[in-house]
Amino acid sequence: MGLTLAEKVWRDHLVSSGQNDDPDLLYIDLHLIHEVTSPQAFEGLRLAKRPVRRPDLTLATEDHNVPTQNIELPIADPISRAQVEALRENCAEFGVPLYSLGDEEQGIVHVVGPQLGLTQPGMTVVCGDSHTSTHGAFGALAFGIGTSEVEHVLATQTLSLKPFKTMAVTVDGELPAGVTAKDVILAVIAKIGTGGGQGHVIEYRGAAIESLSMEGRMTICNMSIEAGARAGMIAPDATTFDYIEGRPHAPAGEEWDEAVEYWRGLGTDQDAEFDTEIVLDGSALTPYVTWGTNPGQGLPLAASVPDPGQIVDDHEKVAAERALQYMDLQPGTALRDIDVDVVFVGSCTNGRIEDLREVAELLRGRTVADGLHMYVVPGSVRVGLQAEEEGLVEVFQRAGADWRNAGCSMCLAMNPDKLRPGQRAASTSNRNFEGRQGPGGRTHLVSPQVAAATAVSGKLASPADLA
Amino acid sequence: MEKFTVHNGTGAPLRRSNVDTDQIIPAEYLKRITRSGFGDGLFSAWREDPEFVLNKEHHTEASILIAGPDFGTGSSREHAVWALQDYGFEVVISSRFADIFRGNAGKSGLLPALVEAEVVEKLWELVEDDPTAEIEIDLIELKIRAGDLEAEFVVDGHVRHRMLQGLDDIGISLGQAEEIDSFEKNRPVFKPTTV
Repeated sequence: MGLTLAEKVWRDHLVSSGQNDDPDLLYIDLHLIHEVTSPQAFEGLRLAKRPVRRPDLTLATEDHNVPTQNIELPIADPISRAQVEALRENCAEFGVPLYSLGDEEQGIVHVVGPQLGLTQPGMTVVCGDSHTSTHGAFGALAFGIGTSEVEHVLATQTLSLKPFKTMAVTVDGELPAGVTAKDVILAVIAKIGTGGGQGHVIEYRGAAIESLSMEGRMTICNMSIEAGARAGMIAPDATTFDYIEGRPHAPAGEEWDEAVEYWRGLGTDQDAEFDTEIVLDGSALTPYVTWGTNPGQGLPLAASVPDPGQIVDDHEKVAAERALQYMDLQPGTALRDIDVDVVFVGSCTNGRIEDLREVAELLRGRTVADGLHMYVVPGSVRVGLQAEEEGLVEVFQRAGADWRNAGCSMCLAMNPDKLRPGQRAASTSNRNFEGRQGPGGRTHLVSPQVAAATAVSGKLASPADLA
Repeated sequence: MEKFTVHNGTGAPLRRSNVDTDQIIPAEYLKRITRSGFGDGLFSAWREDPEFVLNKEHHTEASILIAGPDFGTGSSREHAVWALQDYGFEVVISSRFADIFRGNAGKSGLLPALVEAEVVEKLWELVEDDPTAEIEIDLIELKIRAGDLEAEFVVDGHVRHRMLQGLDDIGISLGQAEEIDSFEKNRPVFKPTTV
């Protein structure tokens, strides 16, 4: 029997195979770190007097805590500042390269890796952040780890793991206009639930997936964790190779040819079998939004807030009741009638240049609704510079949006960008958990296009709703 | 890591599904650079409600959290495990754990005991009926014993071994230094470096 993409990458990184019930030891090609989940790991190394085994396979950036305004000033929040300073000291002490606030390469860790060409097919990539699954868009096996594992990788450049199960999510057909990668993944999560991918690596396949750009593929793989999966992957193809070629850390010359030859062999074999298979018709999809407090609580924008009384599963019913109470929504309300206070465009899910282009396209010649605050936060400094070069920033500002500096920002509200209690946001980020974007804040997850249309209309809307 | 063999304690019933790690410990608390002291942030939003289970006087001493399915979803933050431990929990029982949470718990010595959904229901009823009921978690026999109830639980075999012995995972892997060296020598030259 043949192997899946995930199984091939696993096979090619086996330092040793576990006997009996022991895990395998897997080599890690790239370890990305940031300020939040690394300080206790470095402290562990210091206590055990262990060095970082491969600082040259490790890269740090500051993203979760950093302010998106006045970045030339010291970070105002003393606790955030101390955490960022701890990262700087740790990187200096252990020799780990770091892109600090103010550097042209700084940004969200999952935007920076691919843009530097560090994320390549067939690699193992880890980071103390669940959205590491983003990098799977390149055919890498990429997954989030906890701080104990961060320390483990720093010390050994390996992880001890048991093989993941495999799941194929096939999205056939052609996506209709106005339906984006974000809508696809929200529909997938609504279908399989927040625990549906548990224990699995998802491989996304099918015509609708193949037609996506690398940025769209990253959006899909990014939210694999929201379906409970360890990782998401997409087989590398010409789109992948074109994206990587010429980037700062991409192979060149003969090494490029050798790499591409290897990458071409990584795709899932014809006769390989997945543990689980799911199929969606991409041509039937419409823009998706979430109505509840977990990413599986999503529906087409044309639908209405569901009635928990109609939900059969007891846990789901109770969860829906709690969610509607928290979200302050009534069953039967059309999703398009929901008023929004804040629109957030950004994050490792949708903070890349193509996302900003889509938003700018819809904002051009229009203005943000009265009383609505729209944040546009680039995923990295480079994305921000590109947006300026292309004139997108001017479009955002003319429309009345609040253009910021790069970082995770309001996706998780660790910096000053937060919803106030009771505020309702349409957000291009990845999590609608209670209080995620600020204590008492309410989040609807949406695509960049829906975010832009919502900013203009003041209610949840799709581009088709704009006159 | 401390050895874990048999634990006796009381249980707190958390009748909620899909408890994500943002609820267990909100991002605001993640700015600390130590491993200790996260207990004060545990379920901080929910603890503002006087009716929340951990605010009930008879559950304040509980060391076993009995939770609904899909416990620990979302963010990879190991702080969620540290917060539960710092608060005083040594065991979390659920019928389904999110993968990263379960892995983090095992690494830090918080036992993630996976049981059938009906066992969770029975334990909820038991501790709601008598909050002082003693629950025994036996990692040697993989058994939960409480009153008339005796149920099996599942934990990864390697995690069980490490917890029973109190072993450090990094030490185990460094024992394979030669294998790591030899793997490294054979890596393709086209693989990137960050420098």
